[in-house]
Amino acid sequence: MPAVSKGDGMRGLAVFISDIRNCKSKEAEIKRINKELANIRSKFKGDKALDGYSKKKYVCKLLFIFLLGHDIDFGHMEAVNLLSSNKYTEKQIGYLFISVLVNSNSDLIRLINNGIKNDLASRNPTFMNLALHCIANVGSREMAEAFASQIPSILVAGDTMDSVKQSAALCLLRLNRMCPDLVPMGEWTARVVHLLNDQHLGVVTAATSLITNLAQKSPDDFKTAVALSVARLSRIVTSAAIDLQDYTYYFVAAPWLSVKLLRLLQCYPPPEDAALRSRLTECLETILNKAQEPPKSKKVQHSNAKNAILFEAISLIILYDSEPTLLVRACNQLGQFLQHRETNLRYLALESMCTLASSEFSHEAVKTHIDTVINALKTERDVSVRQRAVDLLYAMCDRSNAKQIVAEMLSYLETADYSIREEIVLKVAILAEKYAVDYTWYVDTILNLIRMAGDHVSEEVWYRVIQIVINRDEVQGYAAKTVFEVGRKLIPYQLKACGGYILGEFGNLIAGDSRSSPLVQFNLLHSKFHLCSVPTRALLLSAYIKFINLFPEIKTTIQDVLRSDSQLRNADVELQQRAVEYLRLSSIASTDILATVLEEMPPFPERESSILAKLKKKKGPGGHLPDIDDARRNVNGSTESSENAEASKKGSAHPFTDLLNVSSPPPATNSLLVDVFSDISKPAALEVCEENFSRFVCKNNGVIYEDQLLQIGLKSEYRQNLGRIYVFYGNKTSTQFVCFSSSVTSQDTLTPPQLNVHSKTVDPVIEGGAQVQQIINIECLSDFTDAPVLDISFRYGGTLQNIGVKLPVMLNKFFQPTEMTSQDFFQRWKQLGAPQQEVQKIFKAQHPMDTEVTKAKIIGFGAALLEGVDPNPTNFVGAGVIHTKSTQVGCLLRLEPNPQAEMYRLTLRTSRESVSQRLCDLLSEQF
Amino acid sequence: MQSGRVCLREALEAHFFRGEFSVFIKMQFMLLFSRQGKLRLQKWYVPLSDKEKKKITRELVQTVLARKPKMCSFLEWRDLKIVYKRYASLYFCCAIEDQDNELITLEIIHRYVELLDKYFGSVCELDIIFNFEKAYFILDEFLLGGEAQETSKKNVLKAIEQADLLQENIDFQMRLFSGVMVPNMVSESSGLFQTS
Repeated sequence: MPAVSKGDGMRGLAVFISDIRNCKSKEAEIKRINKELANIRSKFKGDKALDGYSKKKYVCKLLFIFLLGHDIDFGHMEAVNLLSSNKYTEKQIGYLFISVLVNSNSDLIRLINNGIKNDLASRNPTFMNLALHCIANVGSREMAEAFASQIPSILVAGDTMDSVKQSAALCLLRLNRMCPDLVPMGEWTARVVHLLNDQHLGVVTAATSLITNLAQKSPDDFKTAVALSVARLSRIVTSAAIDLQDYTYYFVAAPWLSVKLLRLLQCYPPPEDAALRSRLTECLETILNKAQEPPKSKKVQHSNAKNAILFEAISLIILYDSEPTLLVRACNQLGQFLQHRETNLRYLALESMCTLASSEFSHEAVKTHIDTVINALKTERDVSVRQRAVDLLYAMCDRSNAKQIVAEMLSYLETADYSIREEIVLKVAILAEKYAVDYTWYVDTILNLIRMAGDHVSEEVWYRVIQIVINRDEVQGYAAKTVFEVGRKLIPYQLKACGGYILGEFGNLIAGDSRSSPLVQFNLLHSKFHLCSVPTRALLLSAYIKFINLFPEIKTTIQDVLRSDSQLRNADVELQQRAVEYLRLSSIASTDILATVLEEMPPFPERESSILAKLKKKKGPGGHLPDIDDARRNVNGSTESSENAEASKKGSAHPFTDLLNVSSPPPATNSLLVDVFSDISKPAALEVCEENFSRFVCKNNGVIYEDQLLQIGLKSEYRQNLGRIYVFYGNKTSTQFVCFSSSVTSQDTLTPPQLNVHSKTVDPVIEGGAQVQQIINIECLSDFTDAPVLDISFRYGGTLQNIGVKLPVMLNKFFQPTEMTSQDFFQRWKQLGAPQQEVQKIFKAQHPMDTEVTKAKIIGFGAALLEGVDPNPTNFVGAGVIHTKSTQVGCLLRLEPNPQAEMYRLTLRTSRESVSQRLCDLLSEQF
Repeated sequence: MQSGRVCLREALEAHFFRGEFSVFIKMQFMLLFSRQGKLRLQKWYVPLSDKEKKKITRELVQTVLARKPKMCSFLEWRDLKIVYKRYASLYFCCAIEDQDNELITLEIIHRYVELLDKYFGSVCELDIIFNFEKAYFILDEFLLGGEAQETSKKNVLKAIEQADLLQENIDFQMRLFSGVMVPNMVSESSGLFQTS
């Protein structure tokens, strides 16, 4: 096909694109673009009505400019106009612009919907497709409201063209994802299922995706899809490749459809009907057999398509987890892939085996590949593949191979990529704990781990060692000895802290040996004290006071240290306080009192491993981290019980493995010891409430959050770049809340902080019906978009409640109003004329257009309302300065209401693009 | 690897009605960019703000360009999986859900390149730059809402050609570009299939 006659000849567009490409510098490009934008703007605003062709051309240019990465804030209306053109290409460009540039909450949706409605009714399949594509691309709620009930009937109508059916199916799928509540189930659902039987494979392909999605929502309505999919799949896998004509892809029959059908089957349990089930098993066997056949083509597309089906089939086999032969065959197949020369296949095989490892039928088969996997860890050149190997080793680990796997992971750690070190550390720590046969191995492994990967060891890891050592009498002496031995070498601070804690508790157990006498121990801890971080030093000071109790003979030495200026007058309040208090305590308390106060720590309550929690958190809610406990719960039952038996043989009160038990809830009793490790067991993902957020844009006081238990009210005041919020927490119940805590987190940790937020701590108990107050101080460092989040947690009647509330701290809170004359205003307005300084938004009124209310809102927003400045008295203009620590940004705003159209146009001009944009976004939502 | 960063899923879920329904979206977006990091086409199947889109694009382009040839075509990125492949000067890059089928996505990319190639006749990056709107139309015929709509090459091209026939009379048929018009185009004008 010739490359050239295809365009519809928008010469101006081609010339413009060439111009841009000829620009020698970024500045030249921006200049050229600004020139073009000015030109288009004047054309759109000009008196002369534009013909369709020009409109199309300019809209297309705007689109191109947008795709270059520039913001486009006009032209939407012209694009919407193109929708009603009866020339196909104009309509098409209009739809394209809308699909790319209009986001789902645009104010133009109603106008767009009108255009779509006409095209859907046109009975012209090409127009109908354009309209359906647009709905699928934009997929907003308002579109769903308008069309969700109409599209099913288009989809199942007998006279609908195949191509329209395809678009309608996927359009409906998109709407069902966005607004499932708006897609009604009904008589049409049964007819949709029968599209699986359609003659046209394109229709089946599109319909299968839709049915899969709907089946996830209401499985019962689509049960019949199972039999139909099996039948269809069976026909595909047994067909000769050429039977399916253009749906054969590199000698593979309908790979996309096959994958989708296998995916649909994954929504349901294995079929109960024996005939159906054996037919499906046959299909899966055929797919596995095909993997062994010689390839029909050397092209990578052939093997990719074939293996795509194979991997999907294996996923189904793993999900069913009921056919041992298939599982083992799948495992063998993956084993072959582990050594394939295609990196992609090795990656996928490692990934897929991870899930196989959790099945009782294939766990052993997976284990046979341990050497290959370890080899992959050592030799793969791509970090993503090595990461998969680590995951698989973790998943296949059990008591029989734990020592080998832990040792391999430890040795890999020395050369591992920084990006995955922390995760490996966590995994080693978990495996070492879970499969420890004796505690000395555990202590050795973990201390080794901390020594090797100091910087990548999170606090949870050494907290956990301490928990375990404290709870296990038999390991305490060994731990003390080991930390002492290791401590004589150069060590990272985590080990220093950990060592300090352990020696402070159990140093007496090794004090008998003259090589580790009390004084030697103390000198070891105290060496390099000044180089340690503040928290570590704090911990060491506690270890010293514990030493005074354990070893009265070195009391004076320690007191001398505590008394030194570097402790007693330390600039850090925490350190100073500890030094003062410990010194005082050691001087006035009797030996008995000291012994009681400084008694050995009682065992920690059994709780979820903080390390496991951390690993889960790292993986995020959707992570597919194979959870050893969950996965094996019903699988390796035998192993679990034998572990428990071993544990009880040792006469331990708490089975060792129980420390890791994920399913047991954290203890309901609140002891102080738990607080040492608080905030670790917090749920990973917190839902953030921002329901009332926008109501606070123009006001400072009110109720920001309320549920059955808790009401949160705010009072805030701002001055220049500083703000203070008084937060009132009201307990609406008659029962007290305990362990109440609330802290402020910034939503975006990637960028340097834009806000400095300090919150005072609150009383951990709120009595029933009572209210407590918290003060939060805020400093605005630079202009910002994301508001901080208030994280609240407390216990109510034994259950932990977590609430996240977006704090209404917006950029406009740091506004100082500025009064100015009309002349001044327009002079400055002109000065801020560069396109990137102006942000404009045209939007539909959400509330009645009342002049007084609007005025109040602008004043509430923070700007000075300038009366008599705009020549048009119905317009509003305002001015002010945004104060941040780094800079002050002058802002001018103008709001033009159009009561006939119930629309507003809001223009913001400031010297900073990001400020203009943010203020415009905030204010435009208020009317 | 920072914990506490805003993950894409969270950003996405904020757009949905809380907690009631799971977010299950096959392909989340597709990006085409050049070796120089210039974005040539972007298609988003999930609602995100322009700011989020820009941030994602920036990060992802950097990540993918930093990878060496022969590396695996899949990588975990945030909580998504990226499937990418380079054709001559252009990278095609799709983000899918963690549980999705990587290989079939790789072939979705390939089929799209085939469609472009057939339509433009030995397609090169310049075709996509100058006829970006066509690249979008072809994509919409092939993929809709992130799902394969029509996988038959013939049927997709037929639909596009029918649309082309519907064009009004064009006053001037012109070559949109010729080989000598634009400097610095050696790589951009090389056929996508030549060096892949």
